[in-house]
Amino acid sequence: MNLLSRYAECIFWMARYMERAENLARILDVHETFARDTRGATNWFSIVQLNADEKDFFSRHDRPTAEAVIHYYMFDGQNQNSLLSMLRMARENARTLRPWISTEMWTQINVFHNKLLEMSVKDVAAQNLSKVCTWIKEECQTHTGITEGTFYRDQGWYFYQMGKYIERADQTTRLLDIKYHTLLPSPAEVGSTLDVSQWTTVLRCTAGYHAFRRVYPRGMSPTTVAGFMLFNEGFPRSVVMCVRQIDGVLTRMRSRYDLRGGSAAMERVDELLAALLSRPIDAVLRDGLHEYLDWIQLQLSVVTTEIAQAFFGVQPPLAVQSQSQ
Amino acid sequence: MSVPESKPSDLLSSYNPGLYFDELFGAMDLPAEHTALIRQRLAALDFDELRRRAQDAERELYNLGITFIVYSDKDAVDRILPFDVIPRVISAPEWKHLEAGVTQRVAALNLFLHDIYHDQKILKDGVIPRDLVEGNHNFRPQMIGLDVPFNTYIHIMGTDLVRDRHGTFRVLEDNGRVPSGVSYVVENRHMMQRVFPDLMQDIGIRPVDNYGHKLLDAMMEIAPVDDPQVVLLSPGTYNSAYFEHIFLAREMGVPLVEGRDLVVENDRVFMKTTNGLAPVHSIYRRLDDAFLDPKAFNPDSLLGVPGILEAYRKGNVALANAIGTGVADDKAVYCYVPRMIKYYLDQDPIIPNVDTRICREADALQYTLDNLADLVVKPVGEAGGYGITIGPRASKAELEDCRAKLLADPSNYISQPVVDLSVCPTVCDDAIEPRHVDLRPFAITGKSTWVLPGGLSRVALKKGTLIVNSSQGGGSKDTWVLEGGAA
Repeated sequence: MNLLSRYAECIFWMARYMERAENLARILDVHETFARDTRGATNWFSIVQLNADEKDFFSRHDRPTAEAVIHYYMFDGQNQNSLLSMLRMARENARTLRPWISTEMWTQINVFHNKLLEMSVKDVAAQNLSKVCTWIKEECQTHTGITEGTFYRDQGWYFYQMGKYIERADQTTRLLDIKYHTLLPSPAEVGSTLDVSQWTTVLRCTAGYHAFRRVYPRGMSPTTVAGFMLFNEGFPRSVVMCVRQIDGVLTRMRSRYDLRGGSAAMERVDELLAALLSRPIDAVLRDGLHEYLDWIQLQLSVVTTEIAQAFFGVQPPLAVQSQSQ
Repeated sequence: MSVPESKPSDLLSSYNPGLYFDELFGAMDLPAEHTALIRQRLAALDFDELRRRAQDAERELYNLGITFIVYSDKDAVDRILPFDVIPRVISAPEWKHLEAGVTQRVAALNLFLHDIYHDQKILKDGVIPRDLVEGNHNFRPQMIGLDVPFNTYIHIMGTDLVRDRHGTFRVLEDNGRVPSGVSYVVENRHMMQRVFPDLMQDIGIRPVDNYGHKLLDAMMEIAPVDDPQVVLLSPGTYNSAYFEHIFLAREMGVPLVEGRDLVVENDRVFMKTTNGLAPVHSIYRRLDDAFLDPKAFNPDSLLGVPGILEAYRKGNVALANAIGTGVADDKAVYCYVPRMIKYYLDQDPIIPNVDTRICREADALQYTLDNLADLVVKPVGEAGGYGITIGPRASKAELEDCRAKLLADPSNYISQPVVDLSVCPTVCDDAIEPRHVDLRPFAITGKSTWVLPGGLSRVALKKGTLIVNSSQGGGSKDTWVLEGGAA
């Protein structure tokens, strides 16, 4: 019945890394599409900006060419934000968790990681990138399916879901942010063909285009797309949907297993959800989408810290500790 | 050697074990009737098909992550233990003999450990030199006077056996600290069941998959409370045997913990859970004594649990194996085990030792130096096949190096004649060829001793080599103990 703190932490991070890998594949896919449009190679740089990796990237590369950026985000083991690093971390966590997770979950991650290890940037010539991204997405989705079908439903399952939804909410904000980084259109460009096609791409990369169309059969504007991705109550990658899941999972877990810790995390999530629900999208765009996305990311990071302190045995910083005593 | 019932064109027709005892065929003058059906089925297989199935098996082992880690200068590489698909077969009467022999040896070693940590009768009676025991770096004074449940010290024992040219099994080495390899026994069997169901059909092979269950029973028997919390303590994911730790924790259904997951408060052991501290009563530790408790042993150990020795001494937690068993599986003490069996049990050893000379004794050292080219010289403190010099295969320089080491520190060495390890047909690149094998049966002891039918058969895959250790390029085979009845 007991769940080791270390296991809980590994489960949480395994879920996060797998979700993160899927989203990176989605982001790379978006970029490929953008880069192919009009602006050429310069667009590859925005992904570096997006992850705030400029310093690390330029310590090993002169220019953000397509090949350099693809290598950096797919195969560079020194880059913590590369797919290979994410898979390595997911696999390391899965390896630790092997007594806990199903053999099928472990084997799939292990084989996925080993296949990625055998690939190189030559296998991902730019015209091939989309295909490789699709493969990665499918492997991540296979992981999701195997997990759904085989992961024993005890405390660990709750930590898995918390990790997954926190990461997914975070990644949705990052995907939206690409639009900000890549092309902050001048007011004249808003609503232009190019602008619309880029918003469409963002939607397609989250597999949200058709759902969006169902909600908004005509037209497409930054307001409707950003609003959909942030606040829609039915879209599985919307921030509100993810935060609702975190809220529900945390509540159910604490009551079902009679866990003493986690009230601070609970409060944070409640506050975040309330804040998300109270802000109309027009106000968000008027005050700056980028700043708003940053704020959400910060809140999610605080929630993670609270969860770590409550369940993973991570000590709070001294100042906070003395405050609470 | 030709096989009477095989056609000349079949897979085993050109197989020749030479002068060695063969595990599948038996000796020339001792035809192995019990393997007739298996040989017949093997002989009928197509070699390419055999190779393909063998490759499938190895691929699957890799994908399943049934691996150990090899450390080189800077890399840690996941390797599978190479798996050979031709089984090693043990008849029912042979096994009865081995089972009795291993049980006898475990009993004697446990009596010995109890004795040296209590009355030390065997030392007082001069059967074993006192300094060999008390001067041994694995002797733990902290254990003196401490009683352990059922007087069992070695709960998990791995006994390395070899078979000489005459087919006689001999003990090569005792492993009474943290013997490893049992996970491969069980996984190899699963692999054979998937890859070669047709070879196994109706043979009547004794199952091995209840090992975890038996181990858990023993861990519960030795616990200080009813309904105990059992855990497996591992050094962590970087340990080369980590797969086995996973395997055993999973088979027992208990948490796999690391030192940092445990804490001792008021001489009681707890593990850190999502809901605070939870008590722990029985620990299968896969960590050497030296790393177990930085307060008591190696203060630099980051892997252990400070204060666990005191909790153990107070009887609040059970440890398997007990602390201080290393003195019983020492290579020098090994030489005295036959005398130990006589002393404590008044029996002759059921399985004899390999003739061994203890170089700390002057005449043994002289003999060893005089016959260096014919002997195997082993350092007493090493495991994993490291530091061994095999005289007949060593170069002149290697022999001189060995001589210098012997003279510098004779008590660190023992010497043995080269044992002509038995061979077993093994799938090689172009054909089935003989390769040397050993056998490590595993015995579990709580209240009483249970021996897993079979054990780990390790095989030296390199032609001619005698060293079967996984760290030295060895592989493994499934070991079939045949069910009783006519043999």
